[in-house]
Amino acid sequence: MSTAEHRVDDLHLRHLTKRFGETAAVDDLTLTIAAGSFFALLGASGCGKTTTLRMIAGLEDPTSGSIHIGDLDVTNVPPHKRPVNTVFQSYALFPHLDIFENVAFGMRRRGLKDVNGPVMSMLELVELAPLARRKPAQLSGGQQQRVAVARALINRPDVLLLDEPLGALDLKLRRQMQIELKRIQTEVGTTFVHVTHDQEEAMTMADTVAVMNSGRIEQLGHPADIYELPRTAFVANFLGQANLVEAEIVSASAEVVAQAHGNTFTLPGDRNFAKHKQVIVGVRPEKLTVLDHFNAHLVPDSNNRVTGRVTDVSYAGVSTQYVVRTPWEQDFIAFEQNMVVGDRCEVGDEVVLHWSPSHTFGLDGTQDVNAGISAEALEETRAASSLGGE
Amino acid sequence: MAHAIPTVVSGSAAPPPAQRRSRTGYILLFPGIAWLLVFFAIPLVTLFATSLQVPVPGKPGYFEPGLQFSNYATAMSEYWPQFVRSLVYAGIATALALVIAYPLAYFIAMKAGAWRSFLLVLVVAPMFASFLLRTYAWKTILADDGWITSTLNSLHLLPDHRVLNTGIAVVAGLTYNFLPFMILPLYASLSKIDPRLIEAGGDLYASPIWTFAKVTWPLSLPGVVAGTLLTFIPATGDYINAQLLGSTKDHMIGNAIQINFIQFRDYPVASALSFVLMAAILILVFSYIRKSGTEEIV
Ligand SMILES: Nc1ncnc2c1ncn2[C@@H]1O[C@H](COP(=O)(O)OP(=O)(O)OP(=O)(O)O)[C@@H](O)[C@H]1O
Ligand SMILES: [Mg+2]
Repeated sequence: MSTAEHRVDDLHLRHLTKRFGETAAVDDLTLTIAAGSFFALLGASGCGKTTTLRMIAGLEDPTSGSIHIGDLDVTNVPPHKRPVNTVFQSYALFPHLDIFENVAFGMRRRGLKDVNGPVMSMLELVELAPLARRKPAQLSGGQQQRVAVARALINRPDVLLLDEPLGALDLKLRRQMQIELKRIQTEVGTTFVHVTHDQEEAMTMADTVAVMNSGRIEQLGHPADIYELPRTAFVANFLGQANLVEAEIVSASAEVVAQAHGNTFTLPGDRNFAKHKQVIVGVRPEKLTVLDHFNAHLVPDSNNRVTGRVTDVSYAGVSTQYVVRTPWEQDFIAFEQNMVVGDRCEVGDEVVLHWSPSHTFGLDGTQDVNAGISAEALEETRAASSLGGE
Repeated sequence: MAHAIPTVVSGSAAPPPAQRRSRTGYILLFPGIAWLLVFFAIPLVTLFATSLQVPVPGKPGYFEPGLQFSNYATAMSEYWPQFVRSLVYAGIATALALVIAYPLAYFIAMKAGAWRSFLLVLVVAPMFASFLLRTYAWKTILADDGWITSTLNSLHLLPDHRVLNTGIAVVAGLTYNFLPFMILPLYASLSKIDPRLIEAGGDLYASPIWTFAKVTWPLSLPGVVAGTLLTFIPATGDYINAQLLGSTKDHMIGNAIQINFIQFRDYPVASALSFVLMAAILILVFSYIRKSGTEEIV
């Protein structure tokens, strides 16, 4: 399939807003999605991901704002005239048509006569050619999903919208389809806008991830950049895990110094996003080193440190996860690679956690430190920590 | 583990599960079969026997068992026009009912939102009044001095200058009376259509009209088939509408059967007519179902 000559344009959303009654499902969204990129929209349930996609597809009218593809304003263009196709959350395959006719549907509606060749080569791309004459009900979930992708992709849209297309699949098939989708995207070069609430999926597949919360984008960027330097507590907690301590800035220059519970934390000035004295100091669990307190003297002077008692150790093959209770009753999580044999700390051990200032980030202290953690997960950690204490 | 052994023993004594299940099936079928036997199969055989009876000589109105197949020829040669008229009137009424009911059912299923159940109640509400009463009401509506007739006359649309006692009135009555039987199955199949399929049609470059033709209509076909059958079958055999709203020139096969049974007491001819009607409907229905290929539609 030659796609080199297929020109695609950037997708621009400007001040896009959608209200349902009082609530804003999407709230003043402005962003540009680069042509040919794999863009992931990540967020908790109900944050407005589907509504955003539906507005791009033309299935929902924005309350205000505009949508452009290149220079073309498509805000008021009906869905059947937009160069956009959707892979629906539940696939929405036509049950009365066979796989071939499902895939041919878009081409036929555009009045193209010679559909046979393109449909069969598209079915080959998704490895379903032998099943062309089956009805959707006779396919497995993963196969239906591939039909849905083929049906949308065959139209060479400028933008392909995918609304949690892998949500219904089991973990193994999901990983397989992630690789498959990524392969197809690289092959055809279409802009993919992929909605998911699986942060791992977003990070492994996308060139750009936008973390969405209550109708707004909290942070947007390359997955690694967002992970290493989250701008809000929501992003820090939602994308992976984070240890966050509420602290107060005592000095700020090229290096920011903050204090909390008698501990001093330093971090580079350009990694601090707190506007006032109140700051949330954060670090990712895999950046921590766990040392038995007898070895505390080995901690480099420049590193940040926290002492505590191990309340839980879980061994997970490549790594070990420690839960360490600090003197101020906060649980720190640390991931350690299992490189040394027989030198692991155990539950009850007094330990020192330390990490480099360059891995530390500072967030605006006025927000909720637990933003982005689901209520169940909070409950779970609370239950686990009260158990770990006994 | 200790419990496993007695379970196996009792399991081998009892019939295998599949057999047990099918026996339950038969037990559940029994009331229905008994009902059909007593109220359908036996009367059917009686009716067939009646249709072959011969008159008792010298005693008009009395018949004795026989095998007079010529009763069928007599019946058909005499009532052929009524027979054809029944199929034509019922056919037109069914087509009209479909045209009226489809948009209505579509609106209720797709657009009515919270008003759905209220509108459905309105659809069936006329059925709370008796069939006879409703048809009498149409006599008033279509009366020669009524506003409908005078309006149509002022537009010079009526060849006979009247509606009542014409075929038009009969077809109108049939359409009206059987409309709910068209709306309800249509509503049922339209409301089952996943709205995302219609959105997918639009997403795949189908204009609303194309989406209707290629997605909504094919998916609603089971409702169309059920609705047309539920309208056509009773309309073909109906005699009230023709009797109250039509003249004798507009009589249908139902009227012929009724007159032969009640007035002429010619039971063999009445029975023969009933039998032909039933056979004709069965043949039509089966060829229709085969052609529309309902089992193909999910
Ligand atoms: N048709 C509607 N009428 C009223 N409210 C709606 C409608 N559609 C969505 N909403 C609301 O808008 C918000 C965003 O919904 P949306 O479907 O975009 O969420 P989402 O991010 O896709 O969630 P999920 O991950 O669960 O699919 C929700 O609070 C939802 O209740
Ligand atoms: Mg959604």
